[in-house]
Amino acid sequence: MSETNAPAIADQGSYINHHLHNATYNVSTGKFNVDPGSILDFNILFLDTLFVTIVLSFIIGLFAWRVGKNLSADTPSGAQNFLETIVEFVNQQVTDIFPKADRLVGPLALTIFTIVFLMNLMDIIPVDLLPGLVSGIASTFFGADPHHIYFKAVPTTNLDTTFALALLVFGLIIFYNIKHKGLVGYIKMFLFHPFGKFAMPVNILMTAIEEVAKPVSLGLRLFGNMFAGELLFLLIALLGFGWAVPGEILLGFLWSVFHLLVIPLQAFIFMLLTIVYLSLASQGTDEH
Amino acid sequence: MNITLTLFGQLIVFTILILFVKRYLWEPVLDNMEARKARIADGLAASEKGAADAVAAEEEAAKLISRAKSEAAEIVSQGKTRETQIVEEAKQKASAEAEQIKVAADAELLQEINRAKDGLRTQVSELAIAGAEKILGKEIDASTHKDVLDDLVSKI
Repeated sequence: MSETNAPAIADQGSYINHHLHNATYNVSTGKFNVDPGSILDFNILFLDTLFVTIVLSFIIGLFAWRVGKNLSADTPSGAQNFLETIVEFVNQQVTDIFPKADRLVGPLALTIFTIVFLMNLMDIIPVDLLPGLVSGIASTFFGADPHHIYFKAVPTTNLDTTFALALLVFGLIIFYNIKHKGLVGYIKMFLFHPFGKFAMPVNILMTAIEEVAKPVSLGLRLFGNMFAGELLFLLIALLGFGWAVPGEILLGFLWSVFHLLVIPLQAFIFMLLTIVYLSLASQGTDEH
Repeated sequence: MNITLTLFGQLIVFTILILFVKRYLWEPVLDNMEARKARIADGLAASEKGAADAVAAEEEAAKLISRAKSEAAEIVSQGKTRETQIVEEAKQKASAEAEQIKVAADAELLQEINRAKDGLRTQVSELAIAGAEKILGKEIDASTHKDVLDDLVSKI
């Protein structure tokens, strides 16, 4: 535990609270560390979430660019082999589930898989390391009060991130629906599916729920898994301040191992469901 | 647990990242793998063709060798027949020549004999005339007793 972080954990409640706080910025008032006023508050920016996402995207982009620039068919480098394995794996999934896929689905699935994986992977970094580092830097170099420096490192424990991805997929679902069924076909799907033309109002309601449930479940599943995982790491970390240090180490280890399974699994599920939804959206009207 | 402006920030970040990955990673890597696949397929096809060519060439070579062998054997046997032919011809020629020589020698011998006989005949008639002259004591004109003499000579 870094000293700068120590005052923030005076009691367990405030420790957890501190860790669940984002570094925020209110765009309209220009103030930092303002809690969102309501569940929908478009004045607030979560700086830490955005920052980590941009850094991770930058890492992926840089890696992709450097490898993509130096591709060799005969003597692939280690990095190229590694990336080829991932690309081939994702491409296999896409061609299995969605044979008629155009050339956007593959990179979409690949990007979702890698960025979600990396964002989830932030969870493995010890819960106090990054926040402690950030508050240490902030208090040392900028004279900020460490109590009020918040840093939530895992972007996928933030609804904005998961829903941004889900909305991206949702938008593409609508786009593919219209592209393959036509606008009329898409509207017909709302009107006549699943109960035929005599239950039109029910059909509209059912299909709307069905369609909206896709992004909501996508976003909430990832958020729920990662948030719960993060929270459990925090609770385990709390043990270490008393008599239960060995227990903390053991539990922390076990949960890390379990979480190592959850991290790629959630990334894989998000990618797979994206492909499945887009594949469903691309089916012709007659198949409904 | 709020939906905030971050949502749009994340949307922009993800969109850019997806397009970037598509442009700089997905397409080149897939193209590269396709190219490699094509090259491997080409290489395999070429090696297969090369192997087939080698087999064909071997067959061709074997055919050529067997043909050469049979030709050589034919030439040898032809040579052998030619040889016996030549020997036979030589023999025939030699025996014919020998025959000829013999015939010529015989003819010469006959001639010699005849010549000797002729000589003998003239000497006989001369001797007969000389004997008769001695017996009769007078000269005998050979031409008046030509008939007798010729008769005598022919009896030799």
